[in-house]
Amino acid sequence: MDFSTILTYMYTEIALVGVIIAALLYDLIAGARGRKYFHGVMCTLMLLFIAGTVWPYQQENASIFGGMFVYAPIYSIVKSVLAIGTLLVFLLSDSWLRKPDTEFKRGEFYVLTLSTLLGMDFMVSAGHFMMFFIGLELASVPMSCLVAFDKYKHNSAEAGAKYILSALFASGLMLYGISFFYGTTGTLYFEDMVPMINGSALQILAMVFFFTGLGFKISLVPFHLWTADTYEGAPTPVTSYLSVVSKAAAAFALMVVLIKVFAPMVEYWQTLLYIVIVLSITVANLFAIRQKNLKRFLAFSSISQAGYIMLAVISGTPYGMTSLVYYVLVYMVANLAAFGVITAVEQNSDGKVNMEDYNGLYKTNPKLAIVMMLAIFSLAGIPPFAGFFSKFFIFAAAFEQGFHVLVFIALLNTIISLYYYMLVIKAMFITPNDSPIATFRSDNSTRLSLLLCLAGILILGLASSVFDGINLYAFGM
Amino acid sequence: MNILSLFPAVPLLMMLGLWVSRNTKQIHAVMVAGSSLLLGLAIALVFIFLGMRADGQTAEMLLTDSFMWYRPLNIEYAVGVDGISVAMILLSAIIVFTGTFASWKMKDGVKEFFMWFCLLSVGVFGFFISVDLFTMFMFYEVALIPMYLLIGVWGTGRKEYSAMKLTLMLMGGSALILIGILGIYFGSGATTMNLNEIAALHNIPVEMQRIWFPIVFIGFGVLGALFPFHTWSPDGHASAPTAVSMLHAGVLMKLGGYGCFRIAMYLLPEAAQELSWIFIILTTISVVYGAFSACVQTDLKYINAYSSVSHCGLVLFAILMMNTTAATGAVLQMLSHGLMTALFFALIGMIYGRTHTRDIRELNGLMKIMPFLSVCYVIAGLANLGLPGLSGFVAEMTIFNGAFMVNDTFHRVVTIIACTSIVITAVYILRLVGKILYGTCTNPEHLKLTDATWDERLAVIVLIVAIAGLGLSPLWMSDMISESVLPIISHILN
Repeated sequence: MDFSTILTYMYTEIALVGVIIAALLYDLIAGARGRKYFHGVMCTLMLLFIAGTVWPYQQENASIFGGMFVYAPIYSIVKSVLAIGTLLVFLLSDSWLRKPDTEFKRGEFYVLTLSTLLGMDFMVSAGHFMMFFIGLELASVPMSCLVAFDKYKHNSAEAGAKYILSALFASGLMLYGISFFYGTTGTLYFEDMVPMINGSALQILAMVFFFTGLGFKISLVPFHLWTADTYEGAPTPVTSYLSVVSKAAAAFALMVVLIKVFAPMVEYWQTLLYIVIVLSITVANLFAIRQKNLKRFLAFSSISQAGYIMLAVISGTPYGMTSLVYYVLVYMVANLAAFGVITAVEQNSDGKVNMEDYNGLYKTNPKLAIVMMLAIFSLAGIPPFAGFFSKFFIFAAAFEQGFHVLVFIALLNTIISLYYYMLVIKAMFITPNDSPIATFRSDNSTRLSLLLCLAGILILGLASSVFDGINLYAFGM
Repeated sequence: MNILSLFPAVPLLMMLGLWVSRNTKQIHAVMVAGSSLLLGLAIALVFIFLGMRADGQTAEMLLTDSFMWYRPLNIEYAVGVDGISVAMILLSAIIVFTGTFASWKMKDGVKEFFMWFCLLSVGVFGFFISVDLFTMFMFYEVALIPMYLLIGVWGTGRKEYSAMKLTLMLMGGSALILIGILGIYFGSGATTMNLNEIAALHNIPVEMQRIWFPIVFIGFGVLGALFPFHTWSPDGHASAPTAVSMLHAGVLMKLGGYGCFRIAMYLLPEAAQELSWIFIILTTISVVYGAFSACVQTDLKYINAYSSVSHCGLVLFAILMMNTTAATGAVLQMLSHGLMTALFFALIGMIYGRTHTRDIRELNGLMKIMPFLSVCYVIAGLANLGLPGLSGFVAEMTIFNGAFMVNDTFHRVVTIIACTSIVITAVYILRLVGKILYGTCTNPEHLKLTDATWDERLAVIVLIVAIAGLGLSPLWMSDMISESVLPIISHILN
């Protein structure tokens, strides 16, 4: 295997490492003056990175490093979805990073974020459980640093500690599960394992352990207990990253492993997922109703969204995979738009993040209120916004495989979720307020990211080509 | 581009126009231009449709057009109309047009109000032109969501409560519809979402139909104010601003009846025959209960809202009778109820705008003070209780005729029970008219009030002309409807 083969199939990761090194070097070399342009440089680099890797160059599947690393066109698409999410997060994080107590560690933010992205890419492309685990850890450890990035704030440090402790525990369980698999199959290569998977009691236990590790990353009930506190404590741009990119990568990786490795145990993991979906959607929705802090609110909303994402995983079909990637993309733009508005308001109003602070936002900041409203509509699945289409497709995916009752439960839950999503809209548009958030002008970078998200919300659903493009490469059991 | 696609496109363009307009004058200009265009298009559509039929085009749906949208699920943007949808489009266009004039004097947030109003009409028109299950459902939801803000922001009374209740109940209904649509799609072999093609395939197993029929019927029935899922309607209508009440009671509630007929019964015919008795009982309760409830209300809007429950119940009641006469009557009733309830809500809005009360105990002797509005109110009331010569008579006569034609005891008994609603309607309408219009005005404040202005007169006159037109020469309309109802009914029965 020569370097050109590696370059052919690992181009995303190699380019990403290049970007990371560039960020490190720039942080090192650029003086105080150069750092002013750091944001612009990083966004340009990310843009180039995305432009260079967005299209799957190789149309056929391949594995390199003896099967450790697997390439498939759909992986490439997922990686570019993740990269786009990261770019959007970068764009909306500028106003926060420009504060005096974070300005000097800008470089760290970029490097840590990109490292987690690299970890996710490896996790998605893994062909071996060790590789998968390394990817997962690379995605988790820098993430806890990011969560604790505002380390002088009590909340942020606490959230970081909570995150890393839960992450370690989940990884431990997962590793334990993987060791069972090694014990029962004698290998950790995905392809070699398949014939040895027979659904024995030990393997079911191992699968549950493995699932726990990823369930933590996706924050499914009952592995969600860290979510609300971490989301609330972490700096808002990090929360947005955590809630979309990290979740998307883990959900996709889970689906790939379930399809590729655990296909012989399909009835077991479908049962497991069935329970987890019902729990996630219902519990998260019931908790979301009571939240007053918008970040906690979106934390519970994202748990229930994760439950919806699992509807695509449970189907195990190529169509399900398409719906998953599409859902993740749509969820990403909508959620980032919501978090973008929250960041903008938080940065321009001395940290107001409670729902009642948003009362009367439409009177003072109509554009932000409209962006928030459209994001919420998309999250709630209201047409003609993209969220409606992605929800419909995901329901169709699960329905096709005969999960009628499950889809029905999920649909009933969409009504509960509509109720609490409407509360935000009610606050912004209907509830009067004597001292609403003062009118402000958000910075260009935030505006750009909100504009991109808005374009996504409006266009992704109506233009079917995105869905069709993903559908070309999806695979299933 | 197909003429049908213009119907959702025009309100979209109007939204764009509203977005750029700077003052109330420009907003009004955009609204008048757009809604007149829609009305013109709708009238043109009627002539085109009748012309094509006269040329001997016998296909079930005319002016069809489609292009593939989401191939993996066979979702198409597919349009087409038959007599039923043409009638509904005409109704919607009239109500959008008059609704614009009925909200002429609105002051706060005019631009936003009309933008949401236009979005609502995009949904309504889109629903009636679609023949693809997914597209239809999408437009259906587009029509629902603006209601929340329209009521929540511009409404009166317990508006936040009503808006939330309405949105959640209707969305609950649409969740049922969604699962029903998936059931129909996958049950028919997952080859097409086009409802005519699904009907032609006619391959959904009966045991699956038994599950999906009640679900879809209730789903649409929520919007059609089916008992016991009607409770959103009185609160919602009472709190909504005038034009929204008009459009909602006049058109949106018809989406329910239309969907029940075109999706639930047409696509799931065997189950419809088997299970119709359950819904016949429920709709009979709607009809009678709605009328009785209207008798005891004291708020003008509540009275009209309960009367709507009763009349919309009659629509569902008629389609469940499954014969051409009753189903034709159902569509006529949709038209007639749409027009007269819009007229009612418009008049109530105008009276309320002057007196600032809708409580009938505080209103009396209005005839002398505002003769124009009062006379129109009497006309609306007479249409409501089914006076010959106005549209209500034609519709109800056809319905009860058709219903009595079904030859068994159960159907005849429920028909007789439902007939009593006519009498009850007369009771509350006549009492209401006598109470608020005649007698002497006791409130000195009310004596200073003035009669309708030109914009109000225009809205009211257009509606009255339509009601009288339908009542005096119903044949062309009922012929157009019945020849379109016929294939659906014969499909259900075979």
